[in-house]
Amino acid sequence: MANLSVRIGSLKLKNPVLVASGTFGYGGDVPDLSDVNTIGGIVTKSLSMKPRDGNPPDRIVETAGGMLNSIGLANIGVHEFIKNKLPGLRKFDTAIIANIAASSVEEYCDVLTLLEAQEGIHGYEINVSCPNVKEGGLSFGTDPVITAEITRRLRKLTPKCLLMKLTPNVTHVSEFARGVAGEGADGISLINTVVGMAIDHRRRTPKLSTVTGGLSGPAIKPIALAKVYEAALAVKIPIIGIGGIMNTGDALEFLIAGATAIQVGTANFIDPSASMKIAAGLGEYCDANNIANVKDLVGTLKVRADISVVKSWL
Amino acid sequence: MRQGFYRVESVREIAGNIHLLSLHAPQIASAVRAGQFLNIKTRDMYLPLLRRPFSVYNRNGDSLEIIFNVVGLGTRILASGPSREPLDVIGPLGNAFGTGGDFEEAVLVAGGLGIAPMPMLTAELKRAGKKIHTYIGARNGSQIVREHMENVSVATDDGSAGSRGTVVDLLRTHLGNSSMTRPKIFSCGPTPMLRALAALADEAGIPCELSLESPMACGIGICQGCPVEVKDGPRKYALVCRDGTVFDGKRVVL
Ligand SMILES: Cc1cc2nc3c(=O)[nH]c(=O)nc-3n(C[C@H](O)[C@H](O)[C@H](O)COP(=O)(O)OP(=O)(O)OC[C@H]3O[C@@H](n4cnc5c(N)ncnc54)[C@H](O)[C@@H]3O)c2cc1C
Ligand SMILES: Cc1cc2nc3c(=O)[nH]c(=O)nc-3n(C[C@H](O)[C@H](O)[C@H](O)COP(=O)(O)O)c2cc1C
Ligand code: FES
Repeated sequence: MANLSVRIGSLKLKNPVLVASGTFGYGGDVPDLSDVNTIGGIVTKSLSMKPRDGNPPDRIVETAGGMLNSIGLANIGVHEFIKNKLPGLRKFDTAIIANIAASSVEEYCDVLTLLEAQEGIHGYEINVSCPNVKEGGLSFGTDPVITAEITRRLRKLTPKCLLMKLTPNVTHVSEFARGVAGEGADGISLINTVVGMAIDHRRRTPKLSTVTGGLSGPAIKPIALAKVYEAALAVKIPIIGIGGIMNTGDALEFLIAGATAIQVGTANFIDPSASMKIAAGLGEYCDANNIANVKDLVGTLKVRADISVVKSWL
Repeated sequence: MRQGFYRVESVREIAGNIHLLSLHAPQIASAVRAGQFLNIKTRDMYLPLLRRPFSVYNRNGDSLEIIFNVVGLGTRILASGPSREPLDVIGPLGNAFGTGGDFEEAVLVAGGLGIAPMPMLTAELKRAGKKIHTYIGARNGSQIVREHMENVSVATDDGSAGSRGTVVDLLRTHLGNSSMTRPKIFSCGPTPMLRALAALADEAGIPCELSLESPMACGIGICQGCPVEVKDGPRKYALVCRDGTVFDGKRVVL
């Protein structure tokens, strides 16, 4: 049996498959349809200090090979999470990673500090694709200086695994990757959703209440692979690949591109046990191909020596 | 709720562009209640990507039936007939109509494909010993399904069957002309109809349960994609797929 375990900072995952934030509730919501003990970890829905109602309907629309969402970070808030969700999560034999969303640098720090005082959380993933209230609602994640600053501030507050989740909606994701690596992040989760929109041409109305939303699913996999490849060439810390991963083959592509682990998002909506099937599939693939350690696959893309890869972004 | 692969037994057209699909799904059939739905992967590919939700129309021993209009790719695939491959289905999902409570006469109001949950609801209400009145609204007479329903009155937009006008207007007239003993309204249909009905129920002081629709990504409460505004929350929104699809008409803002 191949060794599927991987290490991200101080955190050891039993296999490189996690479920992505916002696509699996708080982690324990569908016990009848999934067994989270067989995957490497759970990333919770983004948690903010106060509960957030989220955006008005419609929040979901399907597009070719993907879907747009404008959930608006609807969540129960960190206090209710600690009281009502965390006790159930502690019973699982898998890594629990709390994802944090905030509208100010202080709020990121305050939510992390509250969680840090709890048992049963193995790491944090910081969602920087949130509107920064002080900067007129522009996303933190599109400003490399603030993204690095958030990393620096949070690094001081926890010795646990700290993942920075970056947005693909920037020109050079490697610039952001280098910034957060330089401030001591243990890993980079990549990618969040891609900005997109859909229109009802008969009514001339947007299909989402917020006009634009976040595209996810198979449609974004090529974008995600390119961003992961770019970031993996730019930094030494582990990358967690996300974006359109539906099956074992997709997961392998991300490992080969340079990701140490992967997250399954939209696929959970279609098959709540997709991540478990992918974890099992990676084991079978390694065994069938005499790969002793899944780690040995990471960053093994074979690029012809006579082709010069466009690295203008490096 | 469970996920399984179930064989499609038959697909046939039962009225103008309305198809009935029968699924051999004993595990779901033994558990399902009126008002619940199934979330169906229409084919084993990424187009359509998401599952498609359908109310359970009827239960027939080990079989479950759904009815649907062809409106897009997913329903076109389902209408094209039973494939060799069994369908990947999650169900039963959602809460159910409250058929047990403190009332004597049930008033069922359906608009368009909102008739879908009514046959199962009728069967449950009959078992509970309730008297049933059914009001069906449709665009025209060719789109009326009455099977497995009781005491049916019809309204059509073009007057080609029953009375001309909306089903809510028809119900308003009937309520004015008759007196029912401790009635309760159960409804499913387009949102504008439900809104008008909730207002009428409120005026008449009749309790009212509405089965709502929403675009859905997961159908199982893990995406937050299907909010409906509620008046009694600590929270502004409830989830249609998990907290509904059936809500007290007084509770929701439509
Ligand atoms: C709980 C629930 C129960 C339902 N029960 C039934 C039923 O018993 N019979 C039936 O015919 N339909 C039902 N629907 C609607 C049905 O799910 C949609 O018609 C179906 O998803 C369309 O799929 P499609 O791929 O054919 O069309 P698409 O190409 O996805 O869409 C075609 C059109 O349908 C609209 N649409 C898509 N999804 C939905 C949705 N979830 N709700 C409303 N409109 C939508 C789109 O906006 C578009 O205008 C139900 C929906 C919900 C949420
Ligand atoms: C409905 C929905 C809700 C999401 N909510 C969050 C969230 O709260 N926090 C976050 O960091 N990412 C969130 N995401 C982004 C996913 O975690 C993931 O990065 C993205 O969907 C790409 O992966 P996928 O193509 O596998 O879905 C959400 C995605 C979807 C589709
Ligand atoms: S459809 Fe996902 S929460 Fe309701």
